[in-house]
Amino acid sequence: MSVSGEANLTAQKRDFTTALWDFFCSLKLTIALLIVLAVTSIIGTVIQQNQSQEQYLQTYSETTYRVLDAMQFFDMYHSWWFMALLGLFSLNLITCSIKRFPRVWKAVREPVLVPSDTLYRTFANFEEHVVALPQEQVRDRLAEFLRRNFAAPTVTPEGDRIHFFAQKAPYARFGVYVTHLSILIIFLGAIVGILGGYKGWVNILEGGGTIDKVMPRSGREPIPLGFTVRCESFSLSYYEGTNRPREYRSVLTVIDNGQEVVKNRPVIVNDPLTYKGITFYQSSYQPAGEGVFQFMVKDRQTGETLPVSARFEQRMALPGGGSFRVFNAREDPQFGILAQLEITTAAGERKFAQVAKGAPELDALRGGEQIFTLLDFKQRYFTGLQVAKDPGVWIVWVGCTLLVVGSMVAFFLSHRRIWVTLQPVGGKTGIKIGGSAHRNQPAFEIFFDEFKKNLKSEISS
Amino acid sequence: MTSDQFFNITTIAYFGAMILFISHIATRSKQVGLVATLVAFVGFVLHTVALALRWIESYQVLGEHGRAPLTNLYESVVFFAWTILLIYLLIDLKYKQRAVGAFVIPFAFISMIWAQWRLDSGIDPLVPALQSNWLTYHVITCFLGYAAFAVACGVSIMYLIKVGKEDKNNASDSPAGGMLAVLPSARVLDDINYKAIMIGFPLLSLGIITGAAWANYAWGTYWSWDPKETWSLIVWFIYAAFLHARFTRGWVGKKAAWLSIIGFAATVFCYLGVNLVLSGLHSYGG
Repeated sequence: MSVSGEANLTAQKRDFTTALWDFFCSLKLTIALLIVLAVTSIIGTVIQQNQSQEQYLQTYSETTYRVLDAMQFFDMYHSWWFMALLGLFSLNLITCSIKRFPRVWKAVREPVLVPSDTLYRTFANFEEHVVALPQEQVRDRLAEFLRRNFAAPTVTPEGDRIHFFAQKAPYARFGVYVTHLSILIIFLGAIVGILGGYKGWVNILEGGGTIDKVMPRSGREPIPLGFTVRCESFSLSYYEGTNRPREYRSVLTVIDNGQEVVKNRPVIVNDPLTYKGITFYQSSYQPAGEGVFQFMVKDRQTGETLPVSARFEQRMALPGGGSFRVFNAREDPQFGILAQLEITTAAGERKFAQVAKGAPELDALRGGEQIFTLLDFKQRYFTGLQVAKDPGVWIVWVGCTLLVVGSMVAFFLSHRRIWVTLQPVGGKTGIKIGGSAHRNQPAFEIFFDEFKKNLKSEISS
Repeated sequence: MTSDQFFNITTIAYFGAMILFISHIATRSKQVGLVATLVAFVGFVLHTVALALRWIESYQVLGEHGRAPLTNLYESVVFFAWTILLIYLLIDLKYKQRAVGAFVIPFAFISMIWAQWRLDSGIDPLVPALQSNWLTYHVITCFLGYAAFAVACGVSIMYLIKVGKEDKNNASDSPAGGMLAVLPSARVLDDINYKAIMIGFPLLSLGIITGAAWANYAWGTYWSWDPKETWSLIVWFIYAAFLHARFTRGWVGKKAAWLSIIGFAATVFCYLGVNLVLSGLHSYGG
């Protein structure tokens, strides 16, 4: 192979690398990725995610199911191709920042203090005039004027010329990089959460039930907590006179090393309990076994009373023959627990009665041999708690804060710079003013026009 | 008077403003434009009173369980209309482009008439999941964002009409005349579109973040790819694309206007479509 051929190859290689680099840096890639992410994200909102195979087969044919499953559409937000898109998106963010940031950093850290005529010519906002005052006087007045009306200037003499440079909000240029970085920080937080944390759930029986392990949402092995949680009680309440739930409340105690470190802490929806980085959220409940109705049965003739506890549909014997059972029960908005009883008298006659916890006198009106009073209905519950350990969540919040702050800075602030050069012209002084803003030019133009006008009148007065 | 009556008068005011704005374009009369803006402003004031009254009424109906009127579909639609007017009036204050009203007020009017005619305006106490201060922050930031996008969408439609007409006229070499003369120049429309999205984007970001913070507080997961969450992210992607498109040749002008319109369509789907068509955690109707 000839020498020139080798050089040619290296050049080609460099061309290819440059092209690849430019591709990853390009804004076109950013826009394309954002649109592809938007469009593909729709899939997971149309196809229900993470269902069982049986559930999918009820909706889709066997073939459709296989195709969708092969494309990982049933858990698409964790699929390799969606992850690849997010990876490419991150790469794009990183490379374009690496490409552009050093230039911006230099512009802010090492501003041009000695503007050339060429630089002045590039400004859309530019003016030149002569005042009938000596240079020293103009210099002092100008420095004062800039300090008061814009920002303290850096004064740089160069031969017989004096240059002024003043700037405002140079950090505004970093807004966009902070925003980009914030997205990467959020991703980082999510990864830390996935690697170092878990999501799970527990059911604890109220009235003293304890757990020291949680079931993870993914995976089968229970995870030990390293401490014990006890559920003292669970209750649900409704808004008065309605079936609208008002509160689900579990009262929890945490026992660590034999010590009750958290005692009787109520946990309700939107008010979780955190211990050692693990948080417990009120999420569901379910009845534990059958509930028990507690009645007081009073004999109308003798006035004797007898307490009776009965489960739903359980036939209970009555003193003096006969029996009764609860055949219907419900929660009434007005009367609380309301039960319907079927009574078989000693004579074998069938009768019906209605009792309610909130209306103790109700059955006395019936005129039967016995008067039933419903004292209470005791139902024990399991409280269902979501359990989460997420060591990355604070990183996510840092990222979110930076995202909002960064985008506000990027959108609403602009780096504004003003250069002024004084040059003696006979006994007079020539003034050159130029200015630029890195964004929102129209607003700067208005400011600059006003600035020039005031400067002229103040210097010459 | 009750909040309902105030909401009805507000709806009528928005209808009047809408007709006046359209007449302003048709007649090219500056006075009509000014009156239209005044009517819209009066509507906005009444609307504000109505929201405050409904807040007070919630305490009369629910006692200690009273809450800000931001908790169900009816209240959110009515609040959406209010935020549209707020953003619109702020932009009108800065740009004074009266014709824009004809393309933005209809969004507020449609919302109001739908809420007043079709939606249940009952005042109910909050279910446990909604009993959180995050609710207020989340709803306010989201809807201010949505409203800014509504304004951007209206302006984008104007842009496409204006540019479409000018393109046709350029063929015959005459400037856009007739009714369209009242419309702001394409450059101004493009600028308002960009500014509105610039306001909306950080608000949407805040809306998503407050939602995530709330979810984390209530359920222990800040992100679960629930359809509502996913659609809010889709909207975020579209407007992020729009903002980057501004700096790319070949993506300005018409394409940017279309992105803005698609972005608002996605916003509306995120707001209403997800609840009406798809299922998920966010099933409170708001």
